[in-house]
Amino acid sequence: MSDNAHSSAAYDAVVIGGGVMGCSTALHLAQGGMRVALVDRGPLCREASGVNAGTLTLHMTRAALVPYAMRAWQMWIDAEKWLGMSVLATHVPGLTLAFTEAECELVELRAKARREYGAPIEVISPARAREIEPGVHPGLLKAGYCDIDGFASAYLTGRAFRHALTAAGVDVLENTPVEGIDSGDAGHVIRFDGAASRPPLQATRVVLAGGVWIENMLAWLGVQIPIKVLINQLIITERVRPVMRTVLSVANGLLSLKQFANGTVLIGGGWQGEGDRERGGVEARPQNLVGNMRLAAYALPALAEARIARIWLGLEAETADAMPIIGDVPGVPRAYVVGSAHSGYTSGPFMGRIMAQHILGQQPELPLFDPARLLGMPMPGA
Amino acid sequence: MAEAPPSPIDLLVIGAGPAGARAALRAQACGLDVLLVDENSDAGGQVWRPLPPGFTRAAGARPSAEAVQGDALREELSRSGIRCLFGHKVWNVGSSLRTDLIGPKGVTSWQPRALLVATGTTERVVPFTGWTLPGVIGLAAATILLKSQNMLPGRRTLVAGSGPLLLAVASGILKAGGEVAAVLDLASRADWLQTLPSLAGRPDLLWQGVQWKALLRKARVPLLYRHGIASVEALGNGFRVHAQQVDMTGAPVAHAAPVAFEADAVAVGHGLVPGTDVTRLLRARHRYEAARGGWIAETDAQGRTSVAGLYIAGDGAGIAGAAAAGAHGELAAVACAHDLGRLTAEAHSRERDRLLAQWHKPARFGRAMAGLMALRAGAVASIAPDTVVCRCEDVTRAEIDAAARDGARDMNQLKAWTRCGMGPCQGRTCGDIAGALLAAHAGSREAVGCFTGRAPLRPVSLAEVAGDYTYADIPIPKAAPL
Repeated sequence: MSDNAHSSAAYDAVVIGGGVMGCSTALHLAQGGMRVALVDRGPLCREASGVNAGTLTLHMTRAALVPYAMRAWQMWIDAEKWLGMSVLATHVPGLTLAFTEAECELVELRAKARREYGAPIEVISPARAREIEPGVHPGLLKAGYCDIDGFASAYLTGRAFRHALTAAGVDVLENTPVEGIDSGDAGHVIRFDGAASRPPLQATRVVLAGGVWIENMLAWLGVQIPIKVLINQLIITERVRPVMRTVLSVANGLLSLKQFANGTVLIGGGWQGEGDRERGGVEARPQNLVGNMRLAAYALPALAEARIARIWLGLEAETADAMPIIGDVPGVPRAYVVGSAHSGYTSGPFMGRIMAQHILGQQPELPLFDPARLLGMPMPGA
Repeated sequence: MAEAPPSPIDLLVIGAGPAGARAALRAQACGLDVLLVDENSDAGGQVWRPLPPGFTRAAGARPSAEAVQGDALREELSRSGIRCLFGHKVWNVGSSLRTDLIGPKGVTSWQPRALLVATGTTERVVPFTGWTLPGVIGLAAATILLKSQNMLPGRRTLVAGSGPLLLAVASGILKAGGEVAAVLDLASRADWLQTLPSLAGRPDLLWQGVQWKALLRKARVPLLYRHGIASVEALGNGFRVHAQQVDMTGAPVAHAAPVAFEADAVAVGHGLVPGTDVTRLLRARHRYEAARGGWIAETDAQGRTSVAGLYIAGDGAGIAGAAAAGAHGELAAVACAHDLGRLTAEAHSRERDRLLAQWHKPARFGRAMAGLMALRAGAVASIAPDTVVCRCEDVTRAEIDAAARDGARDMNQLKAWTRCGMGPCQGRTCGDIAGALLAAHAGSREAVGCFTGRAPLRPVSLAEVAGDYTYADIPIPKAAPL
């Protein structure tokens, strides 16, 4: 480390991207003794991390990520202890529903794959499923059942992290778009958009935590890795009488349904809307709204009477092999990247923790996901 | 809707009040294929509100001037042959201007070349203790009861707030045989006198105002200028309304003697907020202009927004009053006809100049009234901490202030952190007040922005959108990765 990296403006680490993974990385780095700044072009957790369905489910987590998601699930449930504020994480059982023979096979297949990674998922009879969730459609043939499930109120994520980051002494720079990074032997210089009218930051280490924008961030460092953008539609009802007490999904994973304590029911499942990385989520596709609402009202008939209060879109990132990108930026010393995990909200806080453990020179609790594997790998279907 | 492609038309007009109905008539006269949509049972909007289905005027009852105007408009529309879909809600608009409706027969979708938004306004109430009690209603709601259903809000009603609706409602109650406990006006006599020059062009309205005041005097109704409601307390079958003297900003005057009134209904309104649901949903550029009601879409003089093919007319484009709305609607219609190639540049500029001249006088008056109804900073600043601001989600002022102290600096972050504006009204009721409260922490209304527009524009049930179907009809995409 050169002398000028020790100037008063220098940080041990600057994390770019104030979503769950960036916030968790910054928090754990600061708790590990580093001087940290967290930078975001907008307010904290206002992109995917603050607008997703908040599902904390193993049914929809990729099988190989189950061990990560189980540790992260515990972190969300315990948020008040380590963030100083809860995100209303709620532990309820989760069911995946099969209404056709093909879906029965899919439920068995997906449950088995996840069991191999330690998820306590069993396949149960319709009668048993109705004991757990009396409101499910009478046409149910089979269900996957997991006790470790639940949901959080994702909109509170930024507020909870803000408490913790402030307490840990992290400098939080919101509404501060980064223009580029100049990296050299002395470390990294993070330059800002002219509109931010802010001098560059000097940092020994830089962490890229930009979700679907990681592709653009890596390009600042001359590294090319394609990241696919999913535009997920979300639907929430107004407050209604209690109609369910579990998290519901269907066999192929394309529904997530839960009722919050305030009575609202959130309908998700990754149905796609219009948008892209540049414009964000632009608008919902009506035919996908109809499909998602039909599926929700079919799975839980009592939901049909509920009125929709709001529809919005959240961006989700996916790498070429649909596994996360967590580790060293190839060819750039002391530059790191964390993100693009499937069901990234569920496992996010734990992914940030292992990223920080690696940067702090500790042994991560579970292995990282080396970004170098993705170099030159084309995006499937691109 | 998912199955049938949207029906193509030239122009879809949302809202059949004075602006929307006149726009539709004008656009049709220019040769456009027009569809006029309104969620009410017939045209007329709030000012020329139709009778509810099944209602008829009592034999021998003399219809008001507004009822006569409304009847004439409805008659003209039905003669015109313009396609009208009444009882239809617009629940979504796409960026191609595709407009999704829900009516008695389910969902339909239309693909207009141009979209004209004439959705008027929402009434603003600056919250006070007791404003959510049953029996405390808006001035606009009281107007609807009186005009449309011929009902009194209560036996004895207290009328409070700001703007010309105060006198209209109070005299309407008296004429309908009710009692008025008092009229509390945030404005001073001097504030009203300042609007006189704008009234010069409208002697009819000036005369109406004089008559209203004479009626109040005759009935010995106390009329208190520079007064507002401090709180409303439930009291047996009625209320005790605690009034307070305020300064020019609407803030309570310290040491002023308290005044209380008893009433069994309260009608209160602090002006009107332009309806920007559609223009925000389509991400048109907006700006904040307090004297015209708050956040409004940026437009030219003919209601063209920053989004191609999207027009807005009437009070939704900035409060200018019902009398100006008709000409404004026609201005937007001829602009649209020109933009769609149905009106030559020469014919368009002739029409535009004529309509602008016609619009000018009533707009000047309407804007003066809007100024009287503009949100007063002191009134907002004096909202008590435990008062509910967002009544859909029960969010208090203290919770909004706490979120601001935690670092929320824009309306969307405030919404996320407190649930303010997340209920079925989508922030139409609380948004303007919450914005003013947050602006006190963040610096300005411009800095805090406004809630992002979201579908559905009106709450719709899953059953309405889903329609009749079986499991096999659901187009389930391929499974997520294993």
